[in-house]
Amino acid sequence: MLPRELKAEHFNGYPPEARKLAIHYLAALQGLPLSFVPNLLREAIYYDFKFPAERRALEKELANLQSLSADPSAETSSGHPAEHFSDWFQGFAQITLSPQLEQMDWVNSPAQFVEQLSAHLWATHQLDAFRKAATDYADRLHAAVPPEQPPVPRLGIAVIGQGVSAYDEPLFRKLRPHGGYFGRVKPEGGLKLLLDAIGARAQSHPIPYGHWYVDGGEEAEHAPELTCVSYRALEPVRAALLRKMRGEIETPGMGPEALRTLLAQMNPSELGLGQGGDPVLDRFQVKLLTEGSGTQIFSTTFAQWTAREALRRAQPCTLLVRFAPRQRQKPMNELLSEKQDQAELDPLGSLMDADLGAYYNWINQQRLAGADQSAFLVWFENHREAVAIGPTMPRGTESTTPTDLGELLSWIALA
Amino acid sequence: MMHLYKSAAAEDPARRLAFSRRDFLRNAAGLALGSALLGSGTLARAAMASRHRKVVVITFGGGARDQETFAPEGQGNIPHLLGELIPRSTFFTQVVNRGILGHYVATASLATGVYETINNFAALPPEHPTVFEYFRKDRKRPASDAWVVAPSNGFNRIGESSHRSYGAGLGARVILPKHLLTAALSSGHSDYQHLLRDNYETPFYVPQLGGGEVELEQMERILNLSVDDFKAHARTLSSPDELSVYVVRQLMRQEAPSLLWITMHDIDVAHAGAYSLYIEGIRRTDRLCAELWKVIQSEPEYAGKTTLFILPDFGRDSDDDSGGNGFQHHRTGDALSRTTWMMALGTGVREGVVVDRPMESTDLVPTLGAMLDFSPTLAQGKPIPELA
Repeated sequence: MLPRELKAEHFNGYPPEARKLAIHYLAALQGLPLSFVPNLLREAIYYDFKFPAERRALEKELANLQSLSADPSAETSSGHPAEHFSDWFQGFAQITLSPQLEQMDWVNSPAQFVEQLSAHLWATHQLDAFRKAATDYADRLHAAVPPEQPPVPRLGIAVIGQGVSAYDEPLFRKLRPHGGYFGRVKPEGGLKLLLDAIGARAQSHPIPYGHWYVDGGEEAEHAPELTCVSYRALEPVRAALLRKMRGEIETPGMGPEALRTLLAQMNPSELGLGQGGDPVLDRFQVKLLTEGSGTQIFSTTFAQWTAREALRRAQPCTLLVRFAPRQRQKPMNELLSEKQDQAELDPLGSLMDADLGAYYNWINQQRLAGADQSAFLVWFENHREAVAIGPTMPRGTESTTPTDLGELLSWIALA
Repeated sequence: MMHLYKSAAAEDPARRLAFSRRDFLRNAAGLALGSALLGSGTLARAAMASRHRKVVVITFGGGARDQETFAPEGQGNIPHLLGELIPRSTFFTQVVNRGILGHYVATASLATGVYETINNFAALPPEHPTVFEYFRKDRKRPASDAWVVAPSNGFNRIGESSHRSYGAGLGARVILPKHLLTAALSSGHSDYQHLLRDNYETPFYVPQLGGGEVELEQMERILNLSVDDFKAHARTLSSPDELSVYVVRQLMRQEAPSLLWITMHDIDVAHAGAYSLYIEGIRRTDRLCAELWKVIQSEPEYAGKTTLFILPDFGRDSDDDSGGNGFQHHRTGDALSRTTWMMALGTGVREGVVVDRPMESTDLVPTLGAMLDFSPTLAQGKPIPELA
């Protein structure tokens, strides 16, 4: 089926809000090329379970598409020619698809279509063309529908190195050039101070899913206004997922791709979530474990990926990520030994993971609107080292003046 | 309030800008090069008759970025490549892979000289003739003269294509060390399935492994190893790539193939998202490459008549591409994930030469053809003039 053949009843399998959305913008969807529309439907089908920021972004994108005139001769009120679909989708329209792709049920299974499309693009050497089309589209959309500015400048915090008593190598090498390095930070009560600070921000600026606390281990006491995700709290979900995986792997014919598809289709209820919880957050957490690579095994990966996805999707004003030690990767000789011990932790390896993870958190925060006003703080937990980044902090500087985390926050975060 | 002063780190971005990719690779090689050139100067050894020549190819896998290897901040991870191997090599700074960036299909493309489009996750043979088939058919060599040692289940078809003019009976023999281990451990073990996982992109997936009798036969007859010896040695090793190198040593001693292809894979643990494990994989692979070079120099069947190639199958995603997640994957197809390097050293190779000219990963097979005197007629690449 091609997009121009789309009808309202094709969306009967969608959740209620998503169905309403798709039907409302049916005319826009009908005009899109097949190489593009399932990417949009992949987002739309989960509309009921999306964060407010991504709901608004999706609505605006669809409204923009609807407004694009199908008549190339039409003029805007300012007298300029209206933009036509073909201007926006020329690159996508030139992508050649296979008959197998056209025959897929891309309305009800857009994610599977996109996965197959990706394989097709690689195999037919069209990936670069698709990338260019996607980048051009994103640039146009960005210009036509500028992303929302945050109501308060964003603040990102990364707390790394839990459980490490001493570390002699230089930390924060990738972040130091972007802000100030502080080598005499008072560590006492640091975590509580930071959690209290973001709790206060959440209370002062109440925004649904606007202030997050992610913990790679067990969550510490925090303000109820914070959206909290922790590795420890999801332990039963991870265990249920692993049990399911083991069962599926033993199914004849199961391969990596089928397994990935199956993972992507899992619902919170299948993993013990969804009873009286927050359906949006439950779905988000399941996706962290079913779509993230390594999030099920390593807490450091979980924390970094959760931060990435929270920033990309919920676009929070505040995000504190505390990395915790992950389990140690056993070398082969230990795996082959007869005696298997309980999983050990690897604090030093985890510190290295988290050091880069903090850098990735900052990069992902800077991809959002308002980057020029955003602030970021990374602290080596219970130690004296930190880097602070913000619009008022000179870049590539160092300080040996004694200070504390409260002062650092006051210097970089204006609200 | 605060007292701030300019730190050394502040100079890094500007300094980095001064180092283009080509420049830092050239400088890395050049720094290591100085003393090595004093003694030898030009060719390592005179090119020898291709009939007696041997070639070993190592894929530095699976996928490593410049910033963790040859870029200034990554050079500490590859002391052996920088200090021991580059001074003896001709180094190619820009090897571009324009194909699919999955490890099996990319390795198959390297081995055929054509950008293969087979399913990366299916146990399918390459569609175009492999270097092993060209070599054996044109040179009329027995099966024992071309071997592949590869990391995972999907690679068991890499030695022989489905091409009707080549294929059946003309390919390389393939050893999958983890298969050997499975066969050796057939009495069962509570946790070894974890070790045998097939690829790091799907960490839960462990393939059904079969053919235990064949593997045990390989071990005892070809590698001249008892099951007990193999198991005992495996228990002293820390990774699957170390096991591969152990198997390669045995193979070189027992069979001494003229064309030997080793695919490393430990680095691909990066897919699990733990940066420290990715770095550990790079450091281990660096050490193992140097170990294999020493084996080549010390084994009588190889010393003085072997050319060694080391190249990654591709890179990994850049930190700057929002479509990826940095080092973790190689899914965006961006320039960093497509552009990598290659070093050649040993017989017939000039030492201390850096080649900036871009080449494609499909150029490897035609180059091997020129070295080993076979005609890879269906390969898309071109022989590399500096080596052919």
